[in-house]
Amino acid sequence: MSQTTEGGTVPPRAGAGEVVLEMAGLTKRFGAMLANDRIDLTLRRGEVLALLGENGAGKTTLMNLLFGHYLPDAGQIRVADAAGALQPLPPGAPDAAIAAGIGMVHQHFTLAHNLTALDNILLGTEPLFALRRDRRAARARVRALMERSGLAVALETQVGRLSVGERQRVEILKALYRGARILILDEPTAVLTPQEADRLFETMSAMAADGLSVIFISHKLREVLAFSHRILVLRQGRNVGGMATAEADEAAIARLMVGEESPPPPAKREAPGAPLLVLDGVTLPGEGARAGLDGVSLTVRAHEIVGIAGVSGNGQAALAALLSGLAAPAAGTMSLAGREIRRFTPAGFLEAGVGRIPEDRHHDGVVGAMTLSENLVLEELDTPEVTSGGFLRRGAIRARARAAIADYDIRAPGPDVPVRLLSGGNIQKLILARVFGRSPQLILANQPTRGLDFGAAGAVVRRLLEARERGAGVVLISEDLDEILGLADRIAVLQGGRLAEARSRDRGAIGMMMVGQAA
Amino acid sequence: MTEVLEILANANFWAAAIRIATPLVFGVLGALICERAGVLNLGIEGIFTAGAMAGWMAAWLGAGLWGGVLAAALTGAGFGLLHALLTVPLGLSQHVSGLGITLLATSAAYFAYRTALPDVSSPPRIEPFGALDIPVLSELPFLGPALFQHTALTWLALAMVALVWWVLARTPLGLAIRAVGDNPDAVDAQGLSVYGLRIGAVMAGSALMAVGGAFLTMAAFDAFFFGMVNGRGWICIALVIFASWRPWKALLGALLFGAFDAFQVRLQTELGGAVPGQIFLMAPYLLSIVALVLAARRADYPRALLTPWFKGQR
Repeated sequence: MSQTTEGGTVPPRAGAGEVVLEMAGLTKRFGAMLANDRIDLTLRRGEVLALLGENGAGKTTLMNLLFGHYLPDAGQIRVADAAGALQPLPPGAPDAAIAAGIGMVHQHFTLAHNLTALDNILLGTEPLFALRRDRRAARARVRALMERSGLAVALETQVGRLSVGERQRVEILKALYRGARILILDEPTAVLTPQEADRLFETMSAMAADGLSVIFISHKLREVLAFSHRILVLRQGRNVGGMATAEADEAAIARLMVGEESPPPPAKREAPGAPLLVLDGVTLPGEGARAGLDGVSLTVRAHEIVGIAGVSGNGQAALAALLSGLAAPAAGTMSLAGREIRRFTPAGFLEAGVGRIPEDRHHDGVVGAMTLSENLVLEELDTPEVTSGGFLRRGAIRARARAAIADYDIRAPGPDVPVRLLSGGNIQKLILARVFGRSPQLILANQPTRGLDFGAAGAVVRRLLEARERGAGVVLISEDLDEILGLADRIAVLQGGRLAEARSRDRGAIGMMMVGQAA
Repeated sequence: MTEVLEILANANFWAAAIRIATPLVFGVLGALICERAGVLNLGIEGIFTAGAMAGWMAAWLGAGLWGGVLAAALTGAGFGLLHALLTVPLGLSQHVSGLGITLLATSAAYFAYRTALPDVSSPPRIEPFGALDIPVLSELPFLGPALFQHTALTWLALAMVALVWWVLARTPLGLAIRAVGDNPDAVDAQGLSVYGLRIGAVMAGSALMAVGGAFLTMAAFDAFFFGMVNGRGWICIALVIFASWRPWKALLGALLFGAFDAFQVRLQTELGGAVPGQIFLMAPYLLSIVALVLAARRADYPRALLTPWFKGQR
């Protein structure tokens, strides 16, 4: 997913239009966590500003302050009115932000799934106590908007049935329909395919040339360099520097983001050892539109990373469920370290030395309401290090959490913080600490770096390489072909529930296999 | 078999089915509105009781029958406000608060009754709503007594089905209520008040529930008795799921239950002695459990039902 820059580059126009937005000294605390620390920011008309930073740097918090989802502890926001004069924006009021011409597209979309796309766009735009709605006129207006902006969606389809890319277009249309002059996009490409991402940025660039001001949050340097006019970098809640994109270079920005450079260590490679995981003709029924597994055979040896490439929905979920002990095969056998598995239970798999990095880390990886230290020991509540005589050894657990915070660089105020307050990258580091703390023999890593900044993604990669060196086997499921090419010793492709080994490491050939055509 | 046909051929049976369904229609609509906004209202059983009490008491004190209905609605809205305040801005457990409301409202109704009438053995009667005479239609053979000799409250219940459907399906307010029950963040992001919508919906729904209770004391009977609500509220909670949160299906569910109930009473007298009466009493509930099992498997719950939402938190 790295060659998306052709064709969509925008000429930098930093300093072009008048100032439309000004933030001064914005500060926000969550408990002991200082999420935003006296941040200043200005935005001009027709400018695309990239807000760059690692997970937990405070980018999303800043934008939620701007849109009124959070109340700032200190600082002021001023927005240009229709005449161009800067007016203070009342804090903590989304309706005031909307009225001032600010539109926000959240990373987790704020759409009602039971309503149609059109109804989601119209929600809140009509007088609440009207006796009837003029959907026909509204639909015509939205149609015109779709034509002008190049964003097309099926308006009468329930949002729950739309694809992620379409949902995002509904979100943007929603903002534009309400007359947004400033558009905020929170990690807009995290959920998109590369083609969708390119189209999105081309649309945004055209609309910026038309006078729209855009702030987009990202930690992908490539798209930031290709599509923004100006870059602002946040680190640990502070504004650590800004520059015109034309004058920016990758290394300099990376240094600003993480503080210091830490290239991944060169990996030592040992010859593959004994087979750890053997799947033989495993078949598993699918779920709805998602494919199951159809006669899958796979061997993973010690000192080996096997990459499973493929477009999501082709059996990845079934494979992950199988390897976690959440599903039993309908046909075929599975053995771990030479022993055939007959009972498929998650606890049994943990016992057998399987470590799992789940795909949805928020949902399947942690219990948000529990503390960091509690989440860390969730998988070994029956070991003497954690429990004694039926009671939790709180002191020992805390000490372990403190060690994990240091070893795995988890950015958290302490071992007692509820996990839901952590950013995605830090949750992933916590999961790494939990998985690798048990020295698993077989590791299932399902989309382990998706949505992570390169600091956290680097930590994941480093730990996987270390595990391989130690003699573990790794099954790496990823939609990111570059990640698989960079890490995996062998590559197999899942397509329609069938698994086939890739004979070459050629991107084109693997790509053909991914869409179901033999190379 | 002939007994069954005899029952079905009797206009009284159909009239009874509709009469039994009427309070349930109010109750299901009320619960439906609350749940569409994302709030489960288990206070329904108590709100029925309080509404039955308030409506009858107001009429007895001379407020007139419609004054009684209004008093019941306001009482219901009041308990709804309490439930909404506890569960929406404070985000307390909707189950716990709802059951608490049921206990509180029931006891408050009994307390008010005993306070107002300390020394009576049987409650004073009021002149209840009479059957509304509709020219021509009420005179029809069979259809007249079966369908067109009902009180104004039954017609009000029907009108409410249409009104609730129209509001939910066709107005901006209904759009916002449906959205707030599915994803409150969507409503907040559009600058609408999540709290306002939810509190309003729970109050309106509770008012309807209370009118359902008032039907019992002001149309079905003519006085207030202890224990007269007798689980009707709980049935409504089940019927909402059966109706998949849709007003017209709610009407259908209430009518089906009413028919079962009217049927078992008559079958009991036909077959009296051969089968214990308790079996018949159980039948409507058993059937509604069966219907629920079948319907609930495909139930499409409002996604945000039972989930409290707090401003400024994700």
